[in-house]
Amino acid sequence: MSKIFAQGLVCPLDKNNVDTDQIIPKQFLTSVSREGFGQAMFFDWRYLADGRPNPDFVINKPEYSGASILLTRANFGCGSSREHAPWAIQQSGFNVIIAESFADIFFNNSVNNAMLLIQLSKTNIELLFNRCAQGPQHWQIDLQSQEIMFGNNAAMGFNIDADIKQRLLSGLDFIGSSEQLKPQIADYEQSRKASQPWLG
Amino acid sequence: MAAISSARTLYQKIYTSHVVGKLNPSTDLLYVDRHLIHEVTSPQAFSGLKLARRSVRRPDLTFATMDHNVSTQRRSMDAAGETSRKQLEALAENCAENHIPLLDLTHPDQGIVHVIGPEQGLTQPGMIIVCGDSHTSTHGAFGALAFGIGTSEVEHVLATQTLPQQQAKTLKIEINGELSAHVTPKDVIMAVIGKLGTAGGNGYVAEFCGSAIRAMSMEGRMTLCNMSIEMGAKAGLIAPDDTTFSYIKGKAHAPKAEHWDSAVQYWQSLHSDIEAVFDQTVTLDASTITPQITWGTNPEQVMAVDQSVPAPDSFNDASKRDAAERALAYMGLAPGQKLTDCKVDVVFIGSCTNSRIEDLRAAATVVQGKQVAAGVRALVVPGSGMVKRQAEAEGLASIFKAAGFEWREPGCSMCLGMNDDRVAAGQRCASTSNRNFEGRQGRGARTHLVSPAMAAAAAIAGKFVNIAATGNVPGDQA
Repeated sequence: MSKIFAQGLVCPLDKNNVDTDQIIPKQFLTSVSREGFGQAMFFDWRYLADGRPNPDFVINKPEYSGASILLTRANFGCGSSREHAPWAIQQSGFNVIIAESFADIFFNNSVNNAMLLIQLSKTNIELLFNRCAQGPQHWQIDLQSQEIMFGNNAAMGFNIDADIKQRLLSGLDFIGSSEQLKPQIADYEQSRKASQPWLG
Repeated sequence: MAAISSARTLYQKIYTSHVVGKLNPSTDLLYVDRHLIHEVTSPQAFSGLKLARRSVRRPDLTFATMDHNVSTQRRSMDAAGETSRKQLEALAENCAENHIPLLDLTHPDQGIVHVIGPEQGLTQPGMIIVCGDSHTSTHGAFGALAFGIGTSEVEHVLATQTLPQQQAKTLKIEINGELSAHVTPKDVIMAVIGKLGTAGGNGYVAEFCGSAIRAMSMEGRMTLCNMSIEMGAKAGLIAPDDTTFSYIKGKAHAPKAEHWDSAVQYWQSLHSDIEAVFDQTVTLDASTITPQITWGTNPEQVMAVDQSVPAPDSFNDASKRDAAERALAYMGLAPGQKLTDCKVDVVFIGSCTNSRIEDLRAAATVVQGKQVAAGVRALVVPGSGMVKRQAEAEGLASIFKAAGFEWREPGCSMCLGMNDDRVAAGQRCASTSNRNFEGRQGRGARTHLVSPAMAAAAAIAGKFVNIAATGNVPGDQA
């Protein structure tokens, strides 16, 4: 069975260790809303000091306008735990990020926003960047069969945690599924109080 | 057939004791003992909760403070601007509505969440502690499993007091031997990050052990665990010992007298078994660690202060070479340059890494009787109201003020510049904080991470100093 999770234009961001301070700088964190972060994504790289778009930054290049798949390198999303980072990326139109590795907290935050994060070997990431170097790429991501499809029957497989795959495919409610264990939570609290009364 | 070893690491002990149930074969639901919240990463979680008509399950295990975007100049909700005021007000409203204890700006003990947790006795061995902040790893210094979470997870914990987790891999970082004079826990963790890299700990929980760790105070251990996240580790951990127990004893939320002995008895079981197997082990000789300073734009771009800025060509890995090139351009540095020849514009002593009393003592020892160099702006931002009062009582505040430092109110301040404490574009800052990312302290700001003593010495000299070569031993006047 095929299940196309996403398809679209790929934007290659050729950098390692992209931290969440770059993805969304501090001045945008004072908001109390989950919305409105799209324009702030990569703010310091994307806009010049006078506010004009930086023409050299890859996301501003006309050929990547409307991209929905972000291709990058190792340790993407390191640093601060701010969930504003995946919010900003998602609100800019991306719902898939492909990288050699991700920082743990960023990874969880993205999954909790129903984004698909694909981790590939360094060699495969290199192959994908080479494809992008040949011209703008449109790929399809089949989550069921775990494949990135390049067109003309070419594809690359990827691994994904079974639980995350299930959550993304079924759109399970993050809190709701844990709430099914409410009786166990109550039991745990009881025994915790008995064995470690100092914990409250 | 060999018997399967039942030996477990400290992490595995804490993890298993918190399993409420299984969500699926690979994911457990873990109970959370303490949930710390602050103004920046909680408002959307409370909105989500309200929208789904859920309530806070355990307000009594939840604690709030205001720290990230508060003004450090005066204690007023509107002192850091309109949007900051709204966020602080939202936290106050959410806490009032849900009966969550809050250390607000009027509270004498308000401060940085990772400073006040331990100070209030909220942080205890064996706990699982979470907070919507990556530096939650700090609390691992007490033998608690503590890690940062995102806002969706904050909402999840508010609603259920639990969090879905999968077991992480284990990394043992053993540091034996004695630290040289002038070498602090900050230098140790920076040297570790330099060795392992910013992603070296990805997927791991790191346990620090060895004689050098045992010899450290709780403040030092907190600095160490605080920066575990800068190598990508999910958490840092140190097995609790008598140093831990005496720190906790008598704190406001510490176990009461009638439970104290049983608590300590339990805490004493919290260590990795001798035969426990770690997925990876790294060892360091404490005596080889020297005062450290970052030269680039991520914490692995670090060196001993007496070394020269590396040439990008010296890195074999192409991506590290490119990163070094970019970093040097951003930092305005050239290969071969000595940072001890480099002028500083701003000195920041503070943050959840280095704003505790011991940090301020180390800095004050260097500063005593001297003056901040002309043209240098120097700030000391104590981590909490308690640290501030103690520093004032010990005369440290007077030393800083007499030398020309600004003595501020507690908050996260210039570590991330969410308030008005920022470093201007092109300015060079000696900072005791934890991240030297591009733009972290202000757009175009150039951050060099150092220990409190090194930051203080830079303020006096107006340039970076090799503290080990000055003959001014921090603490020798005590």
